[in-house]
Amino acid sequence: MTFLLQLAITGFALGMIYALVAIGFVIILKCSEAFNIAQGHFVMIGGYLGYTFLVTFGLPIWASLLLAIVAAIFMGLLIERLTLRPLVGQPVLAVIMMTIALSTIFEGLATLIWGGEYKTYHGVLPTVTLRLGELSIPSETSIGMIVSIVAVAILMLLFRYTKIGLAMRATADDEQIVQSAGIRVTTVYALSWVIACVVGVIGGILLGSVSGVMIPLAEVGIKAFAVVLLGGVNSIGGAIVAGIILGVLENVAAGYLDPLLPGGGLANVFPFVVMIIVLTIRPYGLFGQVRIERI
Amino acid sequence: MDLPCGTFSENYAQDMAIFRTKSHWVMLFTFLIFLFACPLFFSDRILTILTIIGITIISVHGLNILTGYCGQISIGHAGFMAVGAYASAILRARLGWSFWAALPCAALAAGVAGLIFGLPSLKIKGFYLIMATIAAQFIIIWLILQLYSITGGADGLAVPRAKIGGMVFKSKSSYFYLVMIIACLATFLAKNIVRTRAGRAFIAIRDNDLAAEVMGINLWAYKLLAFFIGCVYAGVAGSLLVHYIAFASVDQFPFMNSVWYLGMLIVGGMGSTAGAIFGAVSLKLLDELVTIVGPILSAAVAPQAAASLSLIMRGLVIILFLIFEPRGLVHRWEMIKAYFKLWPFSY
Repeated sequence: MTFLLQLAITGFALGMIYALVAIGFVIILKCSEAFNIAQGHFVMIGGYLGYTFLVTFGLPIWASLLLAIVAAIFMGLLIERLTLRPLVGQPVLAVIMMTIALSTIFEGLATLIWGGEYKTYHGVLPTVTLRLGELSIPSETSIGMIVSIVAVAILMLLFRYTKIGLAMRATADDEQIVQSAGIRVTTVYALSWVIACVVGVIGGILLGSVSGVMIPLAEVGIKAFAVVLLGGVNSIGGAIVAGIILGVLENVAAGYLDPLLPGGGLANVFPFVVMIIVLTIRPYGLFGQVRIERI
Repeated sequence: MDLPCGTFSENYAQDMAIFRTKSHWVMLFTFLIFLFACPLFFSDRILTILTIIGITIISVHGLNILTGYCGQISIGHAGFMAVGAYASAILRARLGWSFWAALPCAALAAGVAGLIFGLPSLKIKGFYLIMATIAAQFIIIWLILQLYSITGGADGLAVPRAKIGGMVFKSKSSYFYLVMIIACLATFLAKNIVRTRAGRAFIAIRDNDLAAEVMGINLWAYKLLAFFIGCVYAGVAGSLLVHYIAFASVDQFPFMNSVWYLGMLIVGGMGSTAGAIFGAVSLKLLDELVTIVGPILSAAVAPQAAASLSLIMRGLVIILFLIFEPRGLVHRWEMIKAYFKLWPFSY
């Protein structure tokens, strides 16, 4: 029982981080109908940025976080202006290939700048391990949860009470009506990319402080897709719930089944199995909108 | 129409013919003679590149039928190639089948895998289908690693050389002939598959699947047929690849290859048989350029520059084509042809 609970708690932590990555994805999707395959690479870049500011420059944590966010804002603006805006109105494949191409470029840049090596910066974030009877709750869990909750709260407030947030929700609903109401859709697109970049970079710094940074960190993005599909592609709340479900399930399944399988590695393939199941049975996910198509 | 003046179709067969004029036939035979004379003047290094290009063309034809014509985007093509590759490798190495028996079985195995992972395509499209095919890629590779006792898992599997009768395809030039003959056949079939009833149904599904269904096209059957045909091509290509290297391992079918095949379609031009060839040839040549330039750059800048150059270059090529020439090289080629057809008059 302790084993199961421990697995569940570690999975919960993992799920929180999946959720954070998935939120960035959902925001872009909601506003501009663009599927951002490169979301996991924002996380990786974030991890490396954290390493650069914290270790190479030796800055304190708040300054590093601030600088990383500024860098993320520039990254988001540049990406949107240079690569995504020319593709407005193009088929879905063009946008997806564009973000895949972006992800390879990020991978190449990370290889060039940071050598693609494994970097760690342990002990920068406070490491408090809570103990609950026989269970230990790693700081990963608590920090991931706190940051995710804060990020989601800020986003909720943004979407509900600010003018630009309302514009973003309206754009998600109907782009043409928003344009005729005098809202600049391009600003909304740019902002959605900026938010996605910032969320990804923050997630990257968190993940990096816990488990170190390397190029395969970007694979968290692929797991986030499973989260997004399970939660429903246009639901932020769904992303959080699905993130936790998937994190826990993955960890528990891997913990019990991996010793039985010769090759192991169930945790890596688990999100894909979930994806296929969700896509065959309930393509719009748990909380997504059912889309009705007409000719 | 790019037929010269005075070419009239007097019956249906003439109207449908791909090669209409004498000069078409002359060009075709010149090309074929040149192609099959390649081993006479090229070194083994260049023959290797050409053989790999030929195998890639077969694979990209499959993806073109599936994605370019039927509109079912697949980023798991390397996974389906792996199915074909391992099917033929197991049949040959473990069961001792002959090459000619193993090749169709490998194609069939890949096709069936395509059918299984194509099933979600009945309900979903666009991004969701992409996710399903990405999942297919990773699940296939994981299964191959799991079935250690049959596939050799991470250690890979040695494959005997291709053999027909007493003839062993051991030298570079003999394998070059084998691949090129199959590639030519594959091109011929691909070009004609899309001109059949099924091919027209694919195009209708790509352009608007609801409208196609209303017109009486059985979406279920034709989407699965597209997956089957596309993956049969992948299976043949995968089988040829492992027989060429004489070794099968999962490293030959990375996820990045699946993406790169789609990149070839974008660069070449989607929904055109010539586009698949243009894309495969140009991007494979670009890869070769990177392998030449990479070490020089590594020595000059930093040791990791070669690896990053390959990644950044691949990304940049796709981005530039998406923004500046989304219809691909084949569109540019048609424009050049049209220009010289009228030259020196403007219209």
